Amino acid sequence: MFGAKTGRGLVALMFVASIAAGACGGSGGGDKVIKIGGLATLEGPFAVPGQDGFRGIEQALAKYGKKLASGNWQMDGYQIQLIKEGSDATPAVALEKAKKLIEQDNVDILIGPLSGDEGLAVKDYAKTVPDKTFVNGSSAAQDTTFRDAAPNFFRFSTDGAQWMAGLGKYAFTTKGYKNVAVVAEDYSFPYTQVGGFMYEFCAAGGHVVQKNWVPLGTKDYSSVVSNLPTSGIDAIYVALGGSDAVNFFTQYNQAGGKAKFIGGSITVDQSVLSVTGSFKDQLAGTIAAGPTADSATNQEWLDYVKGYKAQFTDGLPFPGLFALSYYNETVGVLEGLKAVKGDLSNKQSAFMAALAKVAFDGPTGHVSLDANRQAISSNYVTEVQKGADGNLQNVVISKADNVDQTLGLGATSPFLAQPVSRDFPSCP
Amino acid sequence: MPKALVDFLTVLLNGVTLAALYFVVASGFTLIFGLMRTTNMAHGSLYMLGAYAGVSAYTATGNWIVALVVGFAAVVVVGVVIHLGLLSRMAGQDLRQALVTIGLSIIIADLLLAKYGGLTYQIEPPSFATGSVAIPFVVNGTYSAYRLFMIVVAAAVYAGLWLVLNRTRIGWYIRAGIDDRDMLSALGVNVSRVFLFVFALGAGLAGLSGVIGTTALSISPSEDGRYLLSSLVVVIVGGMGSLSGAVIGALIIGLSEQIGLFYAPTYSIFITFVIMAAVLAVRPQGLLGRPA
Repeated sequence: MFGAKTGRGLVALMFVASIAAGACGGSGGGDKVIKIGGLATLEGPFAVPGQDGFRGIEQALAKYGKKLASGNWQMDGYQIQLIKEGSDATPAVALEKAKKLIEQDNVDILIGPLSGDEGLAVKDYAKTVPDKTFVNGSSAAQDTTFRDAAPNFFRFSTDGAQWMAGLGKYAFTTKGYKNVAVVAEDYSFPYTQVGGFMYEFCAAGGHVVQKNWVPLGTKDYSSVVSNLPTSGIDAIYVALGGSDAVNFFTQYNQAGGKAKFIGGSITVDQSVLSVTGSFKDQLAGTIAAGPTADSATNQEWLDYVKGYKAQFTDGLPFPGLFALSYYNETVGVLEGLKAVKGDLSNKQSAFMAALAKVAFDGPTGHVSLDANRQAISSNYVTEVQKGADGNLQNVVISKADNVDQTLGLGATSPFLAQPVSRDFPSCP
Repeated sequence: MPKALVDFLTVLLNGVTLAALYFVVASGFTLIFGLMRTTNMAHGSLYMLGAYAGVSAYTATGNWIVALVVGFAAVVVVGVVIHLGLLSRMAGQDLRQALVTIGLSIIIADLLLAKYGGLTYQIEPPSFATGSVAIPFVVNGTYSAYRLFMIVVAAAVYAGLWLVLNRTRIGWYIRAGIDDRDMLSALGVNVSRVFLFVFALGAGLAGLSGVIGTTALSISPSEDGRYLLSSLVVVIVGGMGSLSGAVIGALIIGLSEQIGLFYAPTYSIFITFVIMAAVLAVRPQGLLGRPA
């Protein structure tokens, strides 16, 4: 009895002390806590990218605030509490976790999810809770914002088609690839990537002679490899991610395949280049495009990489595009919160209005939003080369700034007449 | 030869080589679940454990054979601990065994995630099975030597298990112990030791297949469920406790997966389960299983 009473007394004392400490904090006392839900993939083929996504959120929080002993982040006049949830890259689980964060944890702002179909599901859910703010993680399907947008869904990262800006032209004009076969996962994000590549490649006069859509999580690609043409193609466009990409490259290599590769934005990400295996020799010379480039030399990028490496000793050799996307989304949120001084009253209307106007210079370039609350930002064309330390890395070939969601084609272009899909666009 | 035929033969070979992997994974499961009727839902995690142990051994030594032996031995040891510590205490209690082994599989998978992280790992094929072999009837005229080698491994595992079960004293004990444990015990045979041997062997085969699978494909977190599922389907379709049934089950699953991936990629996963449902509708005991 005595012990229990003392214990309770101690708790009460600590409670009083913590209130006192808060009051002395110099920020007006009784700081309100804004809850941010972080949603990324922690299981399945995108587990590594998911971990990196959370690093992006935490790096942005560390840049704008100070981590308290409670685990919250102290901003100017308010605190931010981050609640993390992991999904498995399926829309059903992403939706369930998003609902859990919004309805049970009562988060004010949700940042996530990571993958394309997940993003579409969360966007639809966002429409049913108009007084909460949804900010994308790294999901990059075109129609998350391009068609049937949700007014409370914001995306400070570019989509999968924007990530291809410059690649189709470079492949056709400089590399001289005329005929290309495609191997890609069968869901919205690879549709968007293949579409973005084809917008430029087909317009320049190239041909995509064969498309292989494989189920996400396919491990044995031997029959896909068998199906690829052995002659008459100059390169294979591969849009697979994580362990799936590793498996495909290995089996293509083991089967004696010799074609050059064109990569999607996550195909030759650091999470793939970090794996050891003999297939990697064949990856040198692979061209790809995406919103990040390890070897960029602008000061914002160098500062960002330095911060990443200092904050996360267990991180990847370079922050991947997932870390960057989540970082930019979180920076967008924190800039928006700063503009309204953390005021989320009146169904977050002032905050959402401020958020739509947020623009900033991110690690890779200027970020602003269009009328659909979709980012207009920079993109790189890269080529995989062996660095001085023997590690493969992406070397910048060119950079395009202010890439919009139509890749400069304009919303009325025939390439944008239909949503990207297995069969559209087409130029056989 | 017309291209369509060459394509088809290549896909058949892809299916058979994948079936070889599925058979080796499921062979341990056939022993433990099919023969001993011990519900071991941690089989997929034991596969991952063997795979990661093999990766560590391969990284340290660069020798594929060492990786294979370490993958096998590490999981034998873990299997012995699991059987002595947990499963032998709940013999015959299916539900308890299922719950305990599901718990174990989660623990093992999470420990592996903590140790190895989310990265994908691979093991390089041994020097005698690298590169490709000339085969006239497949696409390009060449085929991966390692995938053909997997058929050899599967045949060796089949032959070895068949000999142990049908031609050795311990095989007699195993078959007798499954039919009437008490009678065998009364004859002076240490039945629990026989069952421990079978469990350790089955677990070891899971570890061995982990190394073989990691060399052919790769290993990354959450592959435990995939291989547990494939093993369950193989054993159920083939018939509980039948080694030949497991061969047929593995062939059906491997072939349907590859044929599906080639001709109807969107439905390839679906096709496997249609086949399983069809087999169970016609023969509830599996293709070569004895009626219960």
